[in-house]
Amino acid sequence: MIADTTAAPVLELAHISKRFGPIVANDDISIALGRGELLALLGENGAGKTTLMSILFGHYTPDEGTVRVDGVELPHGRPRAAIKAGVGMVHQHFSLAPNLTVLENVMTGTEPLWSPRSRTSAARRKLLSIAERFGLGVDPDARLGDLSVGEQQRVEILKALYNDARILILDEPTAVLTNIEAERLFTTLREMARQGLSLIFISHKLDEVMAAADRIVVLRGGRVAAERRAAETNKAELAELMVGHRVTRPTREPAKAGATVFQASRLTVSIGGVERLKEIDFFLREGETLGIIGVSGNGQAALSQLMGGLAAPTGGEMRLFGEPVSALDVHDLVEAGIGRIPEDRHRQGAIGEMTIWENAVLERIRQPLFSRRGIVNRSAGQAFAATIIEEFDVRGGTPTSRTRLLSGGNMQKLILGRNLYRRPKILIAAQPTRGLDEGAVAAVHARILDARRQGTAVLLISEDLDEVIGLADRIQAIVKGRLSAPIAAEDADPRRLGLMMSGDWTSSDRTPNDRISDGPPGEGHPHAS
Amino acid sequence: MTGSATGLPAKDILMRLERREHRPLLLVVLSPILAVVAALALAGLLIAAAGAPVLEAYGRILTGAFGTRLAATETLTRATPLMLTGLAAAVAFRARLWNIGAEGQFYLGAIMVAALGSTALSGLPGPVLIPLLFTAGAIAGMALMLVPLWLRLRFSVDEVVTSLLLNFVAVLFVSMMIDGPLKDPLAFGWPQSMPVADHALLPKLIERSRLHIGLAVAIVAALLVYLLQSRTVFGLQSRAAGLNPEGAVFAGVPLARTLVKVACLSGGLAGLAGAIEVMGVKGYVTTDLSPGYGYAGIIVAMLANLNPLGVIAAAFFTATMFVGADGMSRALGIPTYIADVTVALSLLTMLIAIFFTQYRIRR
Amino acid sequence: MSTFFDIVASAGLWAAVLRIATPLIFGTLGALLSERSGVLNLGIEGIMTFGAMAGWLAVFNGADLWTGMLVAALSGALFGLVHAAMTVTLGLSQHVTGLGITLFASSLSYYIFRLTVPLASTPPTVTPFQPISVPGLSDLPFVGPALFTQTLPTYLSIVIALLLAYVVYRTPLGLALRMSGENPHAAEAQGVDPVRVRYGAIMAGSALMAMGGAFLTLSAFNSFFPTMVQGRGWICIALVVFASWRPGRALFGALLFAFFDAFQLRLQTVLGNVPYQIFLMMPYILSIAALAVMARRARVPQALMQPYRRGER
Repeated sequence: MIADTTAAPVLELAHISKRFGPIVANDDISIALGRGELLALLGENGAGKTTLMSILFGHYTPDEGTVRVDGVELPHGRPRAAIKAGVGMVHQHFSLAPNLTVLENVMTGTEPLWSPRSRTSAARRKLLSIAERFGLGVDPDARLGDLSVGEQQRVEILKALYNDARILILDEPTAVLTNIEAERLFTTLREMARQGLSLIFISHKLDEVMAAADRIVVLRGGRVAAERRAAETNKAELAELMVGHRVTRPTREPAKAGATVFQASRLTVSIGGVERLKEIDFFLREGETLGIIGVSGNGQAALSQLMGGLAAPTGGEMRLFGEPVSALDVHDLVEAGIGRIPEDRHRQGAIGEMTIWENAVLERIRQPLFSRRGIVNRSAGQAFAATIIEEFDVRGGTPTSRTRLLSGGNMQKLILGRNLYRRPKILIAAQPTRGLDEGAVAAVHARILDARRQGTAVLLISEDLDEVIGLADRIQAIVKGRLSAPIAAEDADPRRLGLMMSGDWTSSDRTPNDRISDGPPGEGHPHAS
Repeated sequence: MTGSATGLPAKDILMRLERREHRPLLLVVLSPILAVVAALALAGLLIAAAGAPVLEAYGRILTGAFGTRLAATETLTRATPLMLTGLAAAVAFRARLWNIGAEGQFYLGAIMVAALGSTALSGLPGPVLIPLLFTAGAIAGMALMLVPLWLRLRFSVDEVVTSLLLNFVAVLFVSMMIDGPLKDPLAFGWPQSMPVADHALLPKLIERSRLHIGLAVAIVAALLVYLLQSRTVFGLQSRAAGLNPEGAVFAGVPLARTLVKVACLSGGLAGLAGAIEVMGVKGYVTTDLSPGYGYAGIIVAMLANLNPLGVIAAAFFTATMFVGADGMSRALGIPTYIADVTVALSLLTMLIAIFFTQYRIRR
Repeated sequence: MSTFFDIVASAGLWAAVLRIATPLIFGTLGALLSERSGVLNLGIEGIMTFGAMAGWLAVFNGADLWTGMLVAALSGALFGLVHAAMTVTLGLSQHVTGLGITLFASSLSYYIFRLTVPLASTPPTVTPFQPISVPGLSDLPFVGPALFTQTLPTYLSIVIALLLAYVVYRTPLGLALRMSGENPHAAEAQGVDPVRVRYGAIMAGSALMAMGGAFLTLSAFNSFFPTMVQGRGWICIALVVFASWRPGRALFGALLFAFFDAFQLRLQTVLGNVPYQIFLMMPYILSIAALAVMARRARVPQALMQPYRRGER
């Protein structure tokens, strides 16, 4: 079936506005969705996509505007009403219970609460028939926690379809998927549209938007920036529409790589009995940044744990400043002048209920500067925090205020500050800009480039491809716990990186490498002593 | 994350709770007082239900606790073990170690003192013996607290239930000791331990009263714990471990070792409470040595908002209730349990008061 | 060896097992119900005490035995309401709130008991539930006296265990309960209100706990005295873990536990030279051992002890 938007739309968002305090998240947005249409909502972080969809689904109440399904206005703020009208939503973070079965996850809330018996077999039949109709195969009796991420997403979609959704909204559906899983997802989505369902998927990836959607609505700064039929536009135009003006990311000067300070050979890491990293090889050099790209959940967490001193390798070798080491532990890393930016600021990087100065010195509290014979030198700690606040432009707090009150960007500056203040020899940066706004991103990037210029060896683990291209000198991809061979940043183009991230090199030997030899330079290190 | 998802509640409900950006200092200081007033008001309903004049009852609690020199010293005597068990709970809870076993640790500390102070070490002179017995009592408490901690670290068993269950084991152990090897042959068959040697008894603070130097020990302990928590590496690390274990590990805090230290401190304080109660008040051990000092310590700690200096005041309040209620009970015929009810209520109201220092109601 | 056999082969032992198990079955099911919804209820010890007092007092004042059970259940539900308001609506620490409820409920029981029943040298008594004979079954050799000479509340506890197993696994309500304890956000998104589910589960669970307490004063004994619950509540909390949060296994766990308890009681008379306190310690030590064995294997409800506030993640 061909999308027909000239007929009455099945879903209509009219003049939606939503403000959060001073922030205008949605500003007079109007969108119509036709039957059998696959619409992409394209926009950068903070463009207002998720807010808009949350309004549609009744999670937020709009300040102005209406939502109509088949011409009937939905009451605001009632997810139940949206479900009843046939709207289903697949969130980026799944709402599933790992201890329950697929069928139980799907069935929750579908029957009258007080009926004396769950009609399980009827439900199973219905689920299987839906699954078969759209090619969403999954075992209804499997425990959800045993499924892969892709399968769990299928359960989320099935949940919506089971509730007779005719309109399906997917929030960043490919964020957690591998390329192959994503491809499979879009095949399914197109099939669903063909069978008459109407779909909206939210994305900031140009490729998938161009490949999958019938029509594209571009959001920018809370407004509709443009609307295009996929056939009548191209990536370049969309990119321009999406970005508008752009805070410039720092440009980098060529690296002056020095001695090798860290080297991992055939390193294997198991956490909780599962092999998370498999025989990985990489090395870090002074004044050079190694970027690790990859789809989320391919071993990045294990790599940051390993390098952060929280996990020990179960096989292979590591050399730190030329000396073999069996494991890195936090204390030794801190003493050796290795800075660490953790993956999760709030959970690992800072203790929100403690003061800024306590967070600034906690990892170095045993050093003579900050404590003597077990007694904390509070004034030294507070002075140190004041210096970081000053030099790293941390806003919104004093040394004695609680860290929780800082915004994400300022918390990250605090973490950067406590690490970079000492000119670390190595900096491990895991997802350093995740969740930050553009201004904060630029500040973090400038600091990382600055550290590299001053001779720090940087390991950058990031899921943001642009970030890695902008900062790294060499790039390796992580796929299912394995690392590709490095390529030079100058050789990186989206197609090649895409291939690396999809793991095409794992089947053949390694990606052919033009500029960088596979083995690390074997010289000893001047710092080794 | 996409969109401008702020932390605002998703559903617009009529009344909602909103986290405060700053905790108003005045509210934090006032919260225990408000909690106590609310608890007293609720207890007033129970007193009224018993047909007694409420205000007079309150008055009699006060005179019962402070009306005479003897009453006042008795209140302070009662506050002593409560300070120590309160500290035991406060240090543990700060590190999110739920030691609910202070009652058992108290008893083990007590029986240890009875065992060593009555025979084994009774040959030593007082100035040597007393500190030695303090240490022994504390070690007994520590040992008991290490069991639930070990079970938590080794088997991921929630220490709340295990430390609670060990209370019963500890009391039965004490009962077995005073029925067996430590039984006092001169007690006419009553199950009580042999008395500690006279020179192991604590000197009195005030003559012709039961008030002993244990009070000073408890206050010094509170000061030391305060300094330990606010000024030392251990204090910083144990607080970090309690507030955010994952963040603490990332910052290099040795989690297990820190918890072991906290457990030792907590169990040790509770054991010391038991030792001091034997050496200061009774001189021997029975199975009703503690009228629930271990459990009341939890209340004391919460009322103090886990602040070691606040524990002194909170223990004082709790002791006032217990001692005052005795007098009030005799005069008005209200069961003394009203004190337990009031104190337990003040724990619940304090929890709510703490909540409102962190949240506010918005419409 | 023969003494062991004699003990196990005596019908009296098995009758005692069921009697000892009954309050544990009630309490464990109550705690399980609450925890399945995501809320730990450490008020159990106090709620059992209060139930024991309230049920007894009602009967002492002329109510019939079942009314006594009902009064106990209602009083339990009331304490459950307080616990729910504090832990669900306000999201306060479930540990500390529960302990607070225990301290409050037990001291209040003693207060009310002392206030209404004057101090006497022999505690006043009521006529408790009598064993009923099941026609046919009670006359069977061995099996009859062993299993079919119980009071009605004992049979009721077993019926409730089976009923709860059915509700939890076979009804929409049970699924809503489990989802609220596993992922309240998902429950909310699918139209199940986890706040209401938790209130309901805590209150119903607390009612069961209180009935377990009332069994002590209205069936196992005939009078009320302070500290009579003796840590049974804490044992129930341990049994829930042992049962891996499954009602059927909770029933089994309570019976197994009661078997050891009844067995050691009989062993005491045989092994006269061992201090009786050793035997009395056994239930607590057994509970701790059960926790150690099961804690890692049990499938804990994922949202247990995590407060849920709408919109807050």
